[in-house]
Amino acid sequence: MGGVSAIIFIIGIFIFITKEGLPFLLGRFEIAEFFTSPRWRPTSEHNPTYGALALIAGTASVTGLAMLIAVPFSLGAAIYIGEFATGRTREILKVLVELLAAIPSVVWGFIGLSIMNPLIIKLFNVPVGLNVLNAGFILGLMAAPIMTTIAEDALKAVPDTYREAAEALGATRWQVILRVVIPASKNGLVAAVLLGVGRGFGETMAVLMASGHSINLPTSIFDSVRALTATIAAELGETAVGSDHYRALFTLGIFLFLITFIINLTADLVVRGIRKK
Amino acid sequence: MVGPAVIQPSATAPKVEVRDLTIRYGQKIALQDVSLDIRENEIFGIIGPANSGKTSFVRALNRMDLFTPGMRVDGTIRFDGRDIDRWRNVYALRRRIGVVFPLPVGLPMTIYDNVALAPRLSGIRKRAVLDEIVERCLQRAALWDEVKDRLDSLGSLLSGGQQQRLTIARALSQDPDLLLLDEFSIAVDPVTTMRIEDVLKVLKEEITIVLVTNLVQQARRLADRTAFFLMGEMVEVADTEDLFTRKTSDERTQAYVEGRFG
Amino acid sequence: MFEATELNIRNHRVERLWGLLFLLMTVLLILPVVVILGVLVYKGGPIISVDFLFTEPKDGMTGGGIFPALVGTIWLVAVALLASVPVGVAAALYLSEYAPDNWLTRIINLAIINLAGVPSIVHALFGVGAFVLFFQFGTSILAASLTLAIMTLPVVIVATRESLQAVPQAFREACWNMGASRWQTIRHVVLPNSISGILTGVILEVSRTAGETAPIMFTGAAFFLPFLPQSVFDQTMAMSLHLFVISTQVPGVPEAMPYGVALVLIGMVLAMNAVSIGFRMYLRGKKKW
Repeated sequence: MGGVSAIIFIIGIFIFITKEGLPFLLGRFEIAEFFTSPRWRPTSEHNPTYGALALIAGTASVTGLAMLIAVPFSLGAAIYIGEFATGRTREILKVLVELLAAIPSVVWGFIGLSIMNPLIIKLFNVPVGLNVLNAGFILGLMAAPIMTTIAEDALKAVPDTYREAAEALGATRWQVILRVVIPASKNGLVAAVLLGVGRGFGETMAVLMASGHSINLPTSIFDSVRALTATIAAELGETAVGSDHYRALFTLGIFLFLITFIINLTADLVVRGIRKK
Repeated sequence: MVGPAVIQPSATAPKVEVRDLTIRYGQKIALQDVSLDIRENEIFGIIGPANSGKTSFVRALNRMDLFTPGMRVDGTIRFDGRDIDRWRNVYALRRRIGVVFPLPVGLPMTIYDNVALAPRLSGIRKRAVLDEIVERCLQRAALWDEVKDRLDSLGSLLSGGQQQRLTIARALSQDPDLLLLDEFSIAVDPVTTMRIEDVLKVLKEEITIVLVTNLVQQARRLADRTAFFLMGEMVEVADTEDLFTRKTSDERTQAYVEGRFG
Repeated sequence: MFEATELNIRNHRVERLWGLLFLLMTVLLILPVVVILGVLVYKGGPIISVDFLFTEPKDGMTGGGIFPALVGTIWLVAVALLASVPVGVAAALYLSEYAPDNWLTRIINLAIINLAGVPSIVHALFGVGAFVLFFQFGTSILAASLTLAIMTLPVVIVATRESLQAVPQAFREACWNMGASRWQTIRHVVLPNSISGILTGVILEVSRTAGETAPIMFTGAAFFLPFLPQSVFDQTMAMSLHLFVISTQVPGVPEAMPYGVALVLIGMVLAMNAVSIGFRMYLRGKKKW
């Protein structure tokens, strides 16, 4: 009885791949063009092109900025919650982080549109507020809770005996953390970052709403971009089932699936590395 | 060494016959070539230092090897004349054998449900019948007086000594013919231990008891016959008094019994 | 002898500074939640009323309320739960109580972890390919809910498995020793003592599912429907999609409206999270062993 459901389950994940393989009759699309051309013009009348470079750049830039913002803060928060805060305070902070994680992505996207947009325009004196900065900032806030939680777990996994040994030598709390706890937990910390990156790559709605709509290679954080995920979401509704455009979008999907699969796999292996100790 | 001398012909068939029992965990041998009989209505004691295979012996009797990964049992064990390897229904076998382990386990349900669980699993539903079983088993486990007014409190929140008696009550609720106790008194205070020992003395009239203990004096108090296990080998089996008063053959037994090692 | 030396004093000060720095980082991280809630309440609060909640959108969605979207979200979440909880619990039971420790089990676990990390839009693609097209459910609540269910499945499984494993092995062995079969042990001891943990996980999942947009966009949720769904084969509106639509696709929407929708949505989600967290804390006090 139970075994059957587990099997249904594996099949689930394989069907995943094959279903999208369904549209992988994309044989005629050159890999080179896909990865190196920034011209994504599937609706062009005469010469539709499917270069995804701009889209990849869009995803990469937004995620990159998000990580730049989120990683230090997540780490700092994890350190504070795990090493400095106690009892009640710790509980409250953990709950707040959990609540931060609970905010749906469409709400974040809305915030990007309605709050961040005008804010950026005013603050930086630029014409458009839907850009890499907007989406990157929001994505950072979205990925942060996961990273904080996992980083916190990684820090917690460091045995107290290490800390005590260092303290016995006269080290202050900060020195203990910097020289003992962090190095000992670096596997888990790396995993936390990886998972954050995975989250960033895969985020759809918030990026769709906050990053703008131009498909081009960004030259500054104030440029509008389009991410892979957002492209699928924005264009799928307008394609005919079975058309080239349709299949191209599914191919983007396969690409996304593979990337996040690799990221998650790596993160999992890294975490497994900790458990072995 | 263990030989035919140990296996004495008795008037009735032995309750448990063990022949050439060898137990392994992976590559490690826990018990080697043990042969002995356990007679009906006796308290059969097993003494010996830690890691001698006493607990493995108990686990094999109950076929716990089936849910212990890596445990391999070779040799023959017959229960009531039937090879337990060929017993068609393992659950039926286990129901006839009650087990008490060193760590008291009160299941997280009411005291009543703790003791009623085994009968319910056997299909008994009638409230009146269950009531009677619960009372009888708790009485025999010397726990009734302390809990009769709070049968619906959680079994897992009782004290260690009470939980151990609850475990015994549960074992008795199966209506077993064989009761296996593995160092039951470790986590239990001396007073409770004494009470349980009194219970065992009475119980032996009705069922067969195997008592594994590292309290040598406990075996002396309770067991009719005692076996001495040492480092995976059964050194000898004899009438308890003989074992303890130097009338037996093996030196090692004497050394252990007199506390020269252990 | 024990007077603070120059080094000690400096170390102490540095230590306090670092502590403060990290505190600052934590606060800055959490501040957005508070600010966002604040803005939403301030700007969206005025539009919330019983009317808003219980009437349909009017005037090309620039007026009226959000009732069908609310109903739709409830439908979607309910069906998704119906699909994912039994399968998830069964799978977790299998993995925790029956599965031998071999390569197959390891692959299954890997699959679960990866399923959890798949981007929501990829789930949407899967939903389209599998449920809408292959199984021919068309764009419907059924297709959308099943897509959501697949998204939710890993979390249900993990939450259930953790609850099951929190039950000490000693309890299981005690039952097995009495002659109980694995299933009897599960039914009488393991499950009853993990239900609460499972429930906590499920509530959490409900809150996540309610907020998802991408997976339902192409599988069953529609921008606007003039009627409420009558069966699982109908399309439906949904809160999350509604927010997206009125903030990006509809011109002339009064400023307060999308804030109001966002407020209701986030209110629902946070309320469910709070329930789950509260339940968890309550359970922690009611220790049974």
